[in-house]
Amino acid sequence: MTQRLLERPLPAARGSRPARPSRWAAPARPVWEEPPTRAGLTAKAGLLVLACLAVLFPLWIVVVTSLSSKKTITETGGLVVVPRDLTLIAYRELLSGGQVTRAVLVSLGVTLVGTLFSTTVSVLCAYGLSRPGSVGHRLILFTLMGTMFFGAGLIPTYLLVQTLGLTDTYLALILPSAVSVFNILVLRAFFMGISPELTDSARIDGAGDLRILWTIVIPLSRAVIAVITLFYAVGYWSAWFNASIYLNDQTMMPLQNVLIQLAQKQEIPVGLGQAVKAGNLSGLAVQMAVMVLALLPVAVLSPFVQKHFKKGMLTGAVKG
Amino acid sequence: MKTHDTTDRRPRIPLGRRLRRDRALLLMTVPALVLVLVFHYVPVLGNVVAFQEYDPYVSTNGVTAIAESPWVGLAQFDRVLSDPSFWDAVENTLVFFLLQLVFFFPVPIALALLVHSLLRPRVRAFVQAVLYLPHFFSWVIVITVFQQVFGGAGIIAQTLRERGHEGFDLMTDPGTFKFLVTAEGIWKDAGWGVIVFLAALAAVDRSLYEAAAMDGADRWRRMWHVTLPALRPVIALLLVLRVGDALTVGFEQLLLQRDAVGPGAAEVLDTFVWWTGLRSQDFSYAAAAGLVKGLVGLVLVVSANKAAHLMGEQGVYRK
Repeated sequence: MTQRLLERPLPAARGSRPARPSRWAAPARPVWEEPPTRAGLTAKAGLLVLACLAVLFPLWIVVVTSLSSKKTITETGGLVVVPRDLTLIAYRELLSGGQVTRAVLVSLGVTLVGTLFSTTVSVLCAYGLSRPGSVGHRLILFTLMGTMFFGAGLIPTYLLVQTLGLTDTYLALILPSAVSVFNILVLRAFFMGISPELTDSARIDGAGDLRILWTIVIPLSRAVIAVITLFYAVGYWSAWFNASIYLNDQTMMPLQNVLIQLAQKQEIPVGLGQAVKAGNLSGLAVQMAVMVLALLPVAVLSPFVQKHFKKGMLTGAVKG
Repeated sequence: MKTHDTTDRRPRIPLGRRLRRDRALLLMTVPALVLVLVFHYVPVLGNVVAFQEYDPYVSTNGVTAIAESPWVGLAQFDRVLSDPSFWDAVENTLVFFLLQLVFFFPVPIALALLVHSLLRPRVRAFVQAVLYLPHFFSWVIVITVFQQVFGGAGIIAQTLRERGHEGFDLMTDPGTFKFLVTAEGIWKDAGWGVIVFLAALAAVDRSLYEAAAMDGADRWRRMWHVTLPALRPVIALLLVLRVGDALTVGFEQLLLQRDAVGPGAAEVLDTFVWWTGLRSQDFSYAAAAGLVKGLVGLVLVVSANKAAHLMGEQGVYRK
């Protein structure tokens, strides 16, 4: 039972296809299926390649330009498509102290603390609501779901954060958007799918709820928790709006806000102005390097949890 | 969200005993509950400033400032509803929504059909990883990427200039801005939208295809008579949910580009509230505009869910 829940094989996708030797090989077509036409294959491959290029080509330009020397950038007249004598100078300058280094550390700190906090609170709450018939779980559930119908509104939220004295503190970047009810509902739906026999037998053996959660429920739900953790982490890493309205101190700004200043207003990071004017460092390369720093963590992490993304969708709302 | 409705059928246990029994469970929900109460329900109450001429400087903190600010009844709502720039924002919001519906909505379905037809697991996983990637980028990154492609110093303008043509800058052109925003949305999230449709496609009973093939249906007729009917409930549901959320169109995305193209092309309801409230410091006016949006949004969500229930689907909540 648990095994089935954990693995959740897609019956249609895998069932009718025989075991295959390599993950590179295509499974055999069923006999009733006509072989694909050359035109059809070409069209399909063309469209998919086009879609992938639409994603990858702009990113390629950004990465290559960030690695290019000032000479190359001057020669090409701006963005670089074909890599030539690559250099890490932009990254070295950015990460050797100064505005961007600080912003990277701020973003990492807020993301780590925020994600840990949000995931813990969400898992606890989801488990607390996962046993049918427990006292008050309906009331709490409705209170949580109320948030999906009526947004609190930007102005009153801003006034509240100000009143609580959170302005110019990092708590203002974490607390107001710490829990996503959607994520709690996804976790809860998953926890409720865990066979009650497992938890009941543990309870008979004298385990408390915290222990059951820690030793049975969480290990069985690792995949979905990983997805929710990634969602929270991406949320914190990508956030800039709260920082833009709650932080006045420019030295506290996270990376995304620094990127806004650089890209939208065509500025150069504080402290790098001299290096750009004097040396062989291009302002454009600096800008692109900040961008790469801002997208690298999510681009590296997300493929690891990719095969579980489906579990992060609200299973109750959209049935697979 | 399947709850087994056992509450009513259980023998009555005294509340005190049930409280003691579920003490740990209740305690676990406290942190999340407190956060939601403080950062959602308290601000909902804070919307009373929409009925005031709120002045933050009349007192030292927000709560006493509300107590001491004068009440003006519905005057702020009168101002909002007779403000032409509010109605411009409404118009822009609806145009953005319709463009998304027409151009964005079908893309994930088409992509899902393409990805589903990929049989080699490695190739498929690679394509999926590429398509999902932009979803994890912040709007700041997405817009900066578009700047590098379609902006005045972007790769297209740069190449055109090299060849002796005139460059262009789509990022600051109000005329094409609505399409640019739609394209940015597609680039960021169309790939992510594939997931639900892939799940639905994987759940189709393969024997239906075989039976259809036995009856002489070619691949197009199989797609029309087997695949699309299997996707129909998901399509209908997503459509309904999107309509319920119609007034929320790309707040961060538009806020970031508002300066470049000007409010005429970029102002939507959310950015209107931001501008009037946080920039012009007209808190009560902005709160009133936000409240109007919230109330219309509530009606839309509830009716959209009603529609979902009528179609025999679950919405965000159950019947």
